[in-house]
Formats: sequence, C-alpha cells, structure tokens
Amino acid sequence: MKCFIGIDLGSTTTKAVMMDSNGGILGRGITNSRSNYDTASKVSKLEAVVSARLELCSRALNEVPEMKGKVDELLAALERNFRLELFLNQLDDLKQTCLHNAADLRHAEIGKELAAALDETFERMKNKLSGLFAPGVERKSDFFRDLAGSVYMNQAEEVAEEAGLPFDVLINIYDKSIIETENRPPAEDLIATFLRALERIMDDEGDDLPVDPQIIRDQVRNALEIELEETYVVGTGYGRVRLPFPKEHIRSEILCHGLGAHLMYPNTRTVLDIGGQDTKGIQVDEKGIVVNFQMNDRCAAGCGRYLGYIADEMNIGLHELGPIAMKATKTIRINSTCTVFAGAELRDRLAMGEKRSDILAGLHRAIVLRAISIISRSGGVTSEFTFTGGVAKNEAAVRELKILIKENYGDVTINIDPESIYTGALGAAEFARRAVEA
Amino acid sequence: MNATAQTEVIKDSSMLLQKTMIAENYDALTSVQETGKKVSATFVPGNLNELVMCFDMLNNLPEINAINNGMRKKSGMMVMQAEKMGHSEDVCTYVKADIGSMSRGNLAPNGKPMPPPDLLLLSYTGCFTFMKWFELLRHEYGCETAMLHVPYEGDGVVTKNMRDYVVKQIKENLIPTLEKVSGVKFDIDRLRENLRNSARAEDDFVWVLESAKNKPSPIDAYFGGVYYIGPIFTAFRGTEKAVDYYKALRKEIEQRIAEGKGPITPEGDMQDERYRLVVEGPPNWTNFREFWKMFYEDGAVVVASTYTKVGGVYDLGFRHDPDNPIETLADYCLGCYTNRNLSQRVDMLEKYVNEYQADGLLINSIKSCNSFSAGQLLMMQEVEKRTGKPGAFIETDLVDPRYFSAANVKNRLESYFQMIEQKRHGARSAA
Repeated sequence: MKCFIGIDLGSTTTKAVMMDSNGGILGRGITNSRSNYDTASKVSKLEAVVSARLELCSRALNEVPEMKGKVDELLAALERNFRLELFLNQLDDLKQTCLHNAADLRHAEIGKELAAALDETFERMKNKLSGLFAPGVERKSDFFRDLAGSVYMNQAEEVAEEAGLPFDVLINIYDKSIIETENRPPAEDLIATFLRALERIMDDEGDDLPVDPQIIRDQVRNALEIELEETYVVGTGYGRVRLPFPKEHIRSEILCHGLGAHLMYPNTRTVLDIGGQDTKGIQVDEKGIVVNFQMNDRCAAGCGRYLGYIADEMNIGLHELGPIAMKATKTIRINSTCTVFAGAELRDRLAMGEKRSDILAGLHRAIVLRAISIISRSGGVTSEFTFTGGVAKNEAAVRELKILIKENYGDVTINIDPESIYTGALGAAEFARRAVEA
Repeated sequence: MNATAQTEVIKDSSMLLQKTMIAENYDALTSVQETGKKVSATFVPGNLNELVMCFDMLNNLPEINAINNGMRKKSGMMVMQAEKMGHSEDVCTYVKADIGSMSRGNLAPNGKPMPPPDLLLLSYTGCFTFMKWFELLRHEYGCETAMLHVPYEGDGVVTKNMRDYVVKQIKENLIPTLEKVSGVKFDIDRLRENLRNSARAEDDFVWVLESAKNKPSPIDAYFGGVYYIGPIFTAFRGTEKAVDYYKALRKEIEQRIAEGKGPITPEGDMQDERYRLVVEGPPNWTNFREFWKMFYEDGAVVVASTYTKVGGVYDLGFRHDPDNPIETLADYCLGCYTNRNLSQRVDMLEKYVNEYQADGLLINSIKSCNSFSAGQLLMMQEVEKRTGKPGAFIETDLVDPRYFSAANVKNRLESYFQMIEQKRHGARSAA
C-alpha cells in the first residue's frame, strides 16, 4: 500500500507519522534526536513502521468476529513482547559494544576483571529490565538510552564495588558505548521479531483465546506481509537539511505545525507550539494555511529545554516536573527570563525555604508567560486554540496556559491532543500525501 | 565564524567602481597629514556633504567605518573591547564598534590610522544615539562640535517654523563653525554647484531604485541596494564622481533589463525570481553574504527597502535644489527616513508593497537599535492589514556577530517563503 511519511527532526526528539492515501494515520514513531539526525530519522521512521504494523494487525484482527472486544488486549501484549525482543537485542548490542570498548581501552592489566564485571552488570540489568515490559508497568521513558542508563549506573556501581574495580572506568566504557549503540538502528527483520513476539503470547495465553490460534497467526501474518511502500517523505524541523532528499521534500515546521493542528482540530485558528528550543505562535486560516507566525528570537529561555535544565538542577526527571508542580499551594514568582538565572533564582528560593512544588509552579508560569507574549505578537487568540509540542504533555504548563488564555482572551476552546508531540510530523505527512494525491 | 568558503565573488562593474570610490575616500582621509586637509565626522542620515565640501574638508562617516569593520569580520572584537571599557551589551553596536576601533588604533581598511576629526558635525535626524555617540567622541578628541538640531516629524509634517529653525542654525551656527575650523570662506555658488551635481545623481539613483518595479527585478534593492547607495550616502554626494557613478550604474541596469536578467548576486545572476519582498531595517553586516544567500538561494528578491532611504528619501520626490541652497539642506535633513514618524514609515512601506507588487513585508529588527526597533511590529501588522500581504519579523544585529543566529534566521525566512507560496496556491498546494 501507498504510505506517506512526515518526519519532524526536532532539537530534542525526532517524530515520524505514517499516513495512508486517505489521510488516515497508520503509525507514529518517536526517538531522541541524539545529535545524529540521520539515525534519529531512521529510528523514528522504523518506530512509525512498527506502529503501522500494529495498526494493520489491529485492522486484521478486528475482522475476526470472535475477537470482538479482545483485540486491544492482544495487541498490547504483542507490542509489549515485541518491544521486549527489540530491547533485549539492543541490550545485547550494548553489552557487546561495552566489551569491545573495554578491551580497546588502556586497561590491559584489568582487562579480564572488567569483562567479567561487564558480564555480571549486564546479567543483572537484564533481570531488572525485563520486568519493564510486563503488563501494566509504566516506563519513565521510551528511549533505550534512558531505560538502560540509570540501571547500568546502579548495577555497575554495585558490581565495581564488589569486584574492587574503579567505577569511573565502567562509566567511561558505557558513555562511549551507548552512543555507538543508539546510533545503530536495529537492523534485524521486524516481521520475524513480531512473529517471535506473537509466539511468546501464544505460548502463554494461546489456550485462553476465543478462536483457533491459527486464525490469529494467519491474520497477523497477513497484516505483516502487506507491503508498506514509502511513496513520499516530507521532512521538517531543525535537522531537515540533514535529510537525504531534495529540497521539495522539506517544509518549514511552522507550516507543518499549522497544518497538523488543523487536521487534528479543523476549527483551530491559533496554534502554540512549545518545543525544545522554539516557541511558536502560529495563526492559521480555515484551511490550515499559515497567515502569521512569531517565534522566540536569539534566546530559547522559556522553551522545553528550560524545563530540562530545571529538572537537572533539581535532580529529578523531566516527566516528574509537572506532577510536582501540580501539588503547589501557591505560585512563587520567578522573574528571570534567562534559563541559567532562573536556575539561580530557584536555588535562592529553595534556600529561603520555599516548597519545591510552589517554585516549580512559578517556573511553569514563567514559561507560559513567555509563550503568551509570543502569541500576542503573532496576533493573539480570536477563536479555537490548539497547544502542541513536547511541553503540551506537561500538566502544570497546561494548567497555567489555560489560566492565562482565559485571563487574556476570555473563554476560548483550548485543544490539547495527547499525541500533540506529533503535530509537526502529521502536517509533514499530509504535505507528502498532497504532493502525490492532490 | 562560519563564513562559507567561496572562491570567487561575482560583482558587477558598478560594484567594483563603488568599492574603488570608498577606498579613495579612505586614502584621502588617512593622508591628511601630507595633504593638510581638515576632517569632519558626520552621520549618513542628515549628511551635509555638499556643504562640507565647500570648505575643502573631508567627510568621515563613523557608521560606514563600523559597517566596513562588520563586513570584514573585525567588528566583533571591537564591540567586545568597548564592552570591556564598560559599555553595556544593549548599546548600539555601531557606537561600540567605533569606540572599540579607536582603542585598537582606529585603522582604516587600507591599514593606515584614521585621522582625528577636526570637527564633529552632528546633524541630528531622529536617532538619539547620534547625540550620545558624538558626546563620547568629543570627550575623546576634544575637538570642535557643531550640532544641527533637526526637529522630528512627530506629526508627519514639516512646518515652516521647523524649516526656518534648521535654516537659521545652518546659517548662524554651522557655516561660521565650518569657516572657523577650515579657514575657508563660505561660497554659496560652490554650494549651488555641488547641489546641482547631487540632483543629477539623485535622478539616476531613483531610476535605478524604481527599476525594481520590473518583473523580474533587475536589482536587489536591499543587498544590492547597499552597494548602490554607497556613493550618494557618503562622501560623494555633490561630486562629479557620483554623477558619473550613477550614470554608469543606470546603464548597467538598463542592460540587465534589456537582457531580461535578474539581480546580481555573489554567485552570479539570479535566475528565478520567486518572491518579491519589501524589507524594513538595516541588513546584518557581520554575516552579510550568508544573510543574502538565504534570500537568493530561495529566489527571493528585495524590490524595495527603507534602509536604502536612510541617507535621503529621493524616490518620494525630494531633490537637492541649487536655487534654494540652504533651504534644500534643511528639507533634506527634515525628510530623512530616520526623522519620519511611524505612520509615515507605514505609508511608505504600504506604497512599496503595492507599487513594487511585492509578496509581503519583512522586518529585520536590530537588537541593539533602540531608536528604530520600537514600533516595528505595529508597523508590520498595519502594513499587513492595509495590503493583505503577509509580513514576517526577524531579529539580527548591525555589527555584533553574537546576535546573528543563522539557523534561526534561516528557519524563519524559509517558513516565510513557504507561507507566501502556500497562500498563493491555497489549501491544495503541496508547497
């Protein structure tokens, strides 16, 4: 079948959306941009293909009447097992890379001990991490680097202590190896991996299925065998120039975000996108065509990275910021528009005994205030308003935004899609589709 | 910095001639010890070159020096030097480049030291930084300072009172000071002769600017425009040389039109005119070619700009008038682009968008320019409203390389071009 792909190479994450000829979304994929847009582009596309395969499997399984109401559960299991397979493969790749680098480094005198320590570390990691893909487990991140990193640090520290080896050597080996590993997209046969994952489910739950497992096998296999033809790809985002295709296949992310938001909410007239290093205020018309836009200039204070920096300063995860800020009982005022100075203000307020949650609420407000100023420069909010980008996933930022939009523009509809991070890629995919189908 | 390595830059003969002329002025300035000539320092807007030449004095323009240093990638160090001396990050970077240059030997592009000015001729035409700048220079040089106070066109009109006020200052203050500094007696016929030359050059200059109404435009009225304004905005207005330059330039452009050629770019003639833009605000000088490339590689031509009017708004009809020599100098100063109010600037931009059949207005707002950045967003929105054409806003700086973020500027420009394209073709466009 014809597939149209949009890739949004952002400063933090790279997103891909795969669309069919009718504009239906087949799949979405995301990965960290890792300063290597070539790989990020490949991996996000691969993720979108995985997600498209699952969508096709879902469509196929829904054709089986007995499976009614059971498809989602089965697919969730299929995806978990598939991800586990991929993850274990990548973990093994990381292990081999670490072993190789350990032998390569200047540690000849402890070479054997290092290899043994790495073996032990990875064995423990595997045990710890396999549970990550069990049903109902929430993962803090979907990126291999994030999942593997913290567990490696803990396990390697323990192993190093037990073996009397220098921990920093193990860290150095890891740092070097993780970059190599994540820049190697999984090269294996996806379909075979899916089938292996399916067999795991069949082994575990085959007897509980409402139909003959062979029917399921056939439906899934058929879905996996549908050829996904890469008909047209459009790229957008900061890494767009790195994409290996001609200029006609590249669109500005402003246009892509405008169109993407329009596709999700056709009545949208104003789009706010807060990404890693950009905040964009975009005005679109009734067809999703951009009529005006404003962006932050010269300084990225108040963008997604600001939150990343603050999370680092407070030694907590990026995903934890919003929930902590939601617990605030008051909002501490943060004046500085400079990210680094805001960090200093944060420490100052902490030293003065203010609560972490209250300070974080203030920081979220500071971000949104900057965004509101950009929106007003682009022409304000007159009608339906859509908030997109990574920061739209942060509930505290959303809360502040809702308050400030109401204060400034009254009661307007505010749309926030759970998949809003894909808005740019969605617009790009639609541009790709229109290039061929329109 | 990240200058792209380009082996050969393609220039039209007028550009080479212009370069020679500017170099000649630097040679004249750096050899005053031998020639005994006196030097007046002044600014581009309100530049009274015809008058200064009546006293055999040379004209040194600190803004042009800063631009030169910016284009030769030397201004960054100078700006930082000035900051080291205590000038804030937010101060106009022309000023800081000038002050930084002074403390680094104040070398002209020919490598010789610039002479100290004998006179600071402050023709104040709307930029309040000019005053502070010359105050700093007076402190440094301790030389004679003459201030011509030109009332701001706050209400968008020049009254008789305003004109009389400027004329009175020229007669009673400026001319006597110039006589005193130079030791040369004022000769009004000499002034008339200079003004006659100015008007002749101005006619051809306006013809060149308006040639951009052609499709495709044979000139880029911003990036190319800064070459074309060189002689008439600096030490050559009122000279035979300028008359000859603009005659030659006009011929060159006539030839381009005849051959159906687009504008010259550093990489040769532009082939495909895709976007016609009006630009407000000066260009960035530290990354001038990189900035220009972002336009021409996407087929964007600037068909009109306000920056090419800062040294005189000739296309709206003003000409230096030899029959009213002092009054015409007053009118010239009063009518400078920098001395016009926001609504006059909006009117001009609207006129340009319409008359030059532009696709929209782009504002390049200058980070360190407090005089002219204020109000620019309102101007853009008003022009958008009146013309129905989309506007865009970018921010860079004059000569501080730290404020030119190529990736960001390019991102905005590409978005803007694609937005124009998308608007042209409507919703079904793939563009």
